[in-house]
Amino acid sequence: MRREGSALAGAGTVMMKELGDNLSSTRMRLLELLVFLTGAGAVFATIGEVRDAVGEDPFVFLRIFTTAKGETLPSFAAFLGFLIPIVAIALGFDSVNSEFNGKTMSRILAQPIYRDALLFGKFMAGLTTLAVMLCALWIFVIGLAILMLGLPPGGEEVMRGLAFLIASIAYGGAWLALAMLFSVSFRSAATAALASLAVWLLFAFFWNMVVTVLTPVLAPVDPYNPMSVLHTVEVGQALSRLSPNTLFAETTLAFLNPGTRSLGLVLTSQMQGAISGPLPFSESVALVWPQVTGLLATVIGLFTVAYVMFQRQEVRA
Amino acid sequence: MSQPVIRTQALTKAYGSRLAVDKLDLTIEPGEVFGLLGPNGAGKTTTILMLLGLTEPTSGVADVAGFDPLRQPLEVKRRVGYMPDQVGFYDNLTGVENLRYTARLCGFTSKEADERIAKALARVRLTEAGQRAVAGYSRGMRQRLAIAEILMKGASIAILDEPTGGLDPQSTREFLELIRSLKKDGMTILLSSHMLELVQSVCDRVALFSQGKIGLMGRVEDLLRNVLGGSHIIRIEASGAGLEAALERVPGVTRVTRDGPVLRIEATGDIRGDIARAIVGAGGDLTMMDAGHASLDDVYARFFEGIPNAA
Ligand SMILES: Nc1ncnc2c1ncn2[C@@H]1O[C@H](COP(=O)(O)OP(=O)(O)O)[C@@H](O)[C@H]1O
Ligand SMILES: [Mg+2]
Repeated sequence: MRREGSALAGAGTVMMKELGDNLSSTRMRLLELLVFLTGAGAVFATIGEVRDAVGEDPFVFLRIFTTAKGETLPSFAAFLGFLIPIVAIALGFDSVNSEFNGKTMSRILAQPIYRDALLFGKFMAGLTTLAVMLCALWIFVIGLAILMLGLPPGGEEVMRGLAFLIASIAYGGAWLALAMLFSVSFRSAATAALASLAVWLLFAFFWNMVVTVLTPVLAPVDPYNPMSVLHTVEVGQALSRLSPNTLFAETTLAFLNPGTRSLGLVLTSQMQGAISGPLPFSESVALVWPQVTGLLATVIGLFTVAYVMFQRQEVRA
Repeated sequence: MSQPVIRTQALTKAYGSRLAVDKLDLTIEPGEVFGLLGPNGAGKTTTILMLLGLTEPTSGVADVAGFDPLRQPLEVKRRVGYMPDQVGFYDNLTGVENLRYTARLCGFTSKEADERIAKALARVRLTEAGQRAVAGYSRGMRQRLAIAEILMKGASIAILDEPTGGLDPQSTREFLELIRSLKKDGMTILLSSHMLELVQSVCDRVALFSQGKIGLMGRVEDLLRNVLGGSHIIRIEASGAGLEAALERVPGVTRVTRDGPVLRIEATGDIRGDIARAIVGAGGDLTMMDAGHASLDDVYARFFEGIPNAA
C-alpha cells in the first residue's frame, strides 16, 4: 500500500524534544557523573605507568585507554565496554512504552506525522545524547592526559583515538537499539529495563562460559584429525563474535594497540616473514572492518525489528 | 446538501473472528455535532481510530475531509483534532510547552505557534495554568488542554472520544458548553459516549451502537418520537403486591417495567392521577412519582431489548 507524505516529517521535532528530555533528566546527570568519575579514575590510576613509557612507545597516549592496573582495575576501554551499554539502556528502555503509559501515544500519532518519525526521532535523540556524552568524555580524558604528561598527542594517536570514539558510539547504538526494541515489545518499563539488563549480563559476564560450553557441542574435536581442532577454534571464535562486547573489544584492541596484527587464530606458517612492529592506521582499520560492520549491522537489524513491531502495534493503551 | 465531511462505507474491523465494527455506514455533514453512542465495547473507539488512520480497517472504506485515512493519513490528521478517551500530556512539561511540541509537529513556525497557543488557551480558560507543569492539572484541565490543542491546530473536524468520561457534573456542564461554542464556530464534531442521556442535549444527530453495528441513527427528537411513540415516561416507587398487573389495566398504559425499586411506566399521556388511584385501589403505598422526559437511554433500552450486550 502506498502512503502519501514524507515518512520522516516531524522526526526532527521529535528528536529535539527527546534530546531536551534526555539532557535535562536526573537519570542522565547520574550517569554522566558515573562515567566522568570513571574517566578521571582511569587517568589517575594509569598515568604513572604511562609516564614511564614516554619515549619508549610512540603511541604512549593510547596507553591511557588500554593500561589495566594489575588484576583489579580493568583498563578504561574495558570500563567503557561495561558502561556504555548501561548508559544506552538507560536512554532507551522506556522511550516508547512511556508514551503508552503516559497516554500520550495516540494524541501524538494523531498529529500529521508517521510512526516512523516518532521512532526514528527517539532513536536519533538517544544516539546524539550518547555521542555528546562520549565526545565530552573523550576530550576530558585526553585533556587530562595532556596536562599530566605535559606533551600533546601525535597525529596518528588522535586519529586512532577518534576511530575508537566512533566505534564506541556504534557500540552504544547497538545497545540503544536493543533497549528501544524492548521498550516497544514490553508495555512495562521495568520489564523492558530488566530484559535489557539481562542481555547485558549475558554478554558482559556469561558469554565466555556459553561459548566454552557450546563450542565442543557444535564442533567436537576429533582426536584422529588434527584439522578438527582448527575448526573447533574457529567455531568458538564465531560464537564469541555474536556478542557486541567481543566486537567492541576487538575493535578497541586494533585501534588502540597498533601492534595488533591479527584478531583471530594465527598459524605460525602465516606469521613467517611478517615483520613485527606497529601497523599503519589504514591497515588497522582494514583489520577490524568486519567487526565495525558487524556492530553497525546489529544497530540496523535491531532497529528494523523494533520498527516493524511498532508499526503493527495498536495505538490504544 | 453539501459534501459530507466524514463518510464510511461498510467499514469493518475484525479482531480475530470477533467483529469490533461491522459494516458501518455513516455520513456526517459539515457543522454537525454527531454522537456515536453505545455501551463500552460497542466499537466506538475502534471506529474513531479507523477514521484517523491509526488502525487499519479489515475491509470497507472511509473518507474524512475528502481524504482516505489509510493512504493519506497526514492530510486527514492535519484537518482533524483528536481527543483520545484517556488523554495524556507530558507531565514534566507545562501546558504551553506541550502545545508547542504539537504545534511543531503540525509544522507551525514558533511565532505562529505562540499566537495560536495563547488564543487557544484563553478560549479554554487555561492562560494562567498554561505556565505550570501538567503534572498538577486536574482531569478537567487536561481535557480542556486537549480542546485547546484542537483549537490551536485550526482543525475543522474534532473527534472526541468519551469527552465527559471521569468529569464531575460541574466540569461536564462546562465541557458541554465548550462543545456548543465549537459548533458555533462551524466545527464539525464527532463525539462518542456511553453516557447517552448526558450528551443527547449537544448532539444534532446520534447513532446508537451495539456490538459494532448501528442500530438506530437520526435526530434525537425523531428517535424519541419514533421509537417510544411519543410516550410519556412515569417512574414510581410503591410497595404492595401485584401492582404491575394493576397498572397494566389502567387505560393509556402501554408498558410497565421494573428497575430495582422503581417501576417505569410508559403511557400515551400524562396519566399520573389514574396511576395514583390504581395503586391506592390495589392496596399499595405510593412513595414517589416522577414524570420524567424520555431520554436516549429509554430509546436504547427499548431498541436493543433482548439483544445480549457486549459490555
Ligand atoms: N486490540 C484488540 N484486540 C482484540 N480485541 C479488541 C482490541 N481492541 C478492541 N477490541 C474489542 O473490540 C470491541 C470494541 O472495542 P472499542 O472500540 O474499544 O469499544 P468502545 O469504544 O465502544 O467501548 C470490544 O469488544 C473490544 O474487546
Ligand atoms: Mg472506547
